Amino acid sequence: MTTAERAGAVAAVATPVLAVRDLSVSFPTETGTVSAVDGVSLDLASGEIVGMVGESGCGKSVTAMSIAGLLPGSARISGSVRLDGTELVGTRESALRRVRGKEIAYIFQEPMTSLNPVLTVGRQIGEVLQIHERMSRRAARARAVELLTLVGIPSAAKRVDNYPHQLSGGMRQRVMIAMAVACGPKVLVADEPTTALDVTVQAGILQVLRDLRDRLGTSILIITHDLGVIADIADRVVVMYAGRVVERAPVTDLFAHPYHRYTAGLLSASPTPGRHAGTERLQEIPGLVPVLSVQPDACTFADRCPAADARCRESAPPLEVARTGGTLAATGHLAACWHPCPQPRTQPEEANR
Amino acid sequence: MTPQPDALELEDLVMHFGPVRAVDGVSLTIPRGRVTALVGESGSGKSTVGRCVVRLVEPTAGVVRIAGTDVTHLSRRQLRPHRSAVSIVFQDPAASLDPRMLVGEVVAEPLRLSGRRIPRRDREARVATELERVGLRAEVARRYPHELSGGQRQRVSIARALISEPRLLIADEPTSALDVSVQASVLNLLADLQRDIGFACLFITHDLSAVEYLADDIAVMYLGQLVEKGSRERIFARPAHPYTQALLSAAPVADPVRQRQRQPVLLGDDLPSALDPPSGCRFRTRCPLAFDRCASEVPAQVGIGDGMAACHLVQPDGSGPDVRAAQTSEVLS
Repeated sequence: MTTAERAGAVAAVATPVLAVRDLSVSFPTETGTVSAVDGVSLDLASGEIVGMVGESGCGKSVTAMSIAGLLPGSARISGSVRLDGTELVGTRESALRRVRGKEIAYIFQEPMTSLNPVLTVGRQIGEVLQIHERMSRRAARARAVELLTLVGIPSAAKRVDNYPHQLSGGMRQRVMIAMAVACGPKVLVADEPTTALDVTVQAGILQVLRDLRDRLGTSILIITHDLGVIADIADRVVVMYAGRVVERAPVTDLFAHPYHRYTAGLLSASPTPGRHAGTERLQEIPGLVPVLSVQPDACTFADRCPAADARCRESAPPLEVARTGGTLAATGHLAACWHPCPQPRTQPEEANR
Repeated sequence: MTPQPDALELEDLVMHFGPVRAVDGVSLTIPRGRVTALVGESGSGKSTVGRCVVRLVEPTAGVVRIAGTDVTHLSRRQLRPHRSAVSIVFQDPAASLDPRMLVGEVVAEPLRLSGRRIPRRDREARVATELERVGLRAEVARRYPHELSGGQRQRVSIARALISEPRLLIADEPTSALDVSVQASVLNLLADLQRDIGFACLFITHDLSAVEYLADDIAVMYLGQLVEKGSRERIFARPAHPYTQALLSAAPVADPVRQRQRQPVLLGDDLPSALDPPSGCRFRTRCPLAFDRCASEVPAQVGIGDGMAACHLVQPDGSGPDVRAAQTSEVLS
């Protein structure tokens, strides 16, 4: 907890390792263009864990994939992604290949589909090192054992010769993490890393990610639909809706007093042990995430929002410090909402504690 | 037969698939109109229990009694009169609805299969009523499943399950494939329908937080066997079995302040194989409190209130181990 707070404090001042500015992505399809991401900006400071949350179809994964140019060639990408000052959008594939795996690495939801079933895990981790670090096969294997130990795999010297099918789901995800951090990347993008896993296993994987940040200083962008995971691991949170960032805040602020109506809806829709005991109903958010061909100059949440009025349908609210009369401007809590949730009268210090 | 038989009785249910011991002696009773949640990790055998109850598979041994009738070994033909007594809703509505059938046909199918001759007009009226009851417009009957969203499709599955007026509904992870906001509306719908119609429900899930909201009773399953049973209040307030305690502590709460003060019990992630389950207590290979006796002796079910826990350390008064405390002291020492 103290580490998280420290990292959160550092994040506010340090220059970001990863700076995404006004990123937009659209895909031409048979039935017309689909706008998946619209003007997303976010920073990831050194050693920081940023959580990106939203429902399916909100553009979380497309944002993540576009960072290192993993989208298909048909995707139309505009904006800027700077990794340690180097522009990645529009960079040649051959140059990107030197960045991927070395400077920025990914882990995905389902480790079984990301691992090669006919190679031992040692060979797969070693491959990264042989390519990027020009290590010999022998040295790469030795390093693979160290990496497996680092991610908490017991008897790593034996496990290194296992094939993926010989490992449990949690072990496989640990292997994916070992492979991702093999070259000591500055940024790790984890796209729903625990969604396919059981809760008892999930807790262990989140612990590994936290350890990596604490020990190696890796910056982590973790994408999830699970607010419990965000509450557990993130220093700061970015909430996405229909391709846009609708709210951005330090984790305790976001949960203590969400500004955006969508964030508030998500929070009260998730069952939380202890809160809904008895007969209380879960809050519903009526309607669906829209699929947009053109991003309108309007709030895209308006049709599902209890507070929407004419203004919401006529102009898109900018992502800025919400004007609710509070004194929270200093915490870097931004929301794109014309009618943010009324805030409780608690002092900000108290809410942050 | 008693005048008011329980909605479901499982007696020592066993289901082996070749050498895989998916379910290994599960006994469970659901009284009429009550909701029991069956909770466990993937591979615990919880879905297989559900499939045995609706007789998608024939149990290897044991007894399945639905509303007092033993259906364990009935043939398909003998089973047909009892089919309307129990329905099932599956996890993925995209996979469990026939893409070539109109929604109206999907929902009406249980009526058609019941063998009773129902005039078309009556059938259509029943379908319309059922669709409205699950919060869909009657016109949806003329659409195909692919034209609907995930949440709407799951509502269609629920309408299909309820049209035969079953006394027991098996809900097998009905909200796991859905987004948070949609999940909430489907959970609310199930709760409302259950309260209004009063069917009994076996709610199969890995998600303890969904369960607290819906269930009257909770049964926790591990590697083919039940390790704990009890009322929802008791299980959440005073979980007795180390595995239940671990499950409760591992599920993150959506509150960063509370979540970061908690200390999850880390179980190590190897769920043993159901081909060759551990001797004695099956949880012992992952249990932080296991001792010699756990390997040699299968723990008896210790009665606690109206439930039970199968652990050597649990006392009949309900007192027993606390893995959360055990882990903390280990860290300190």
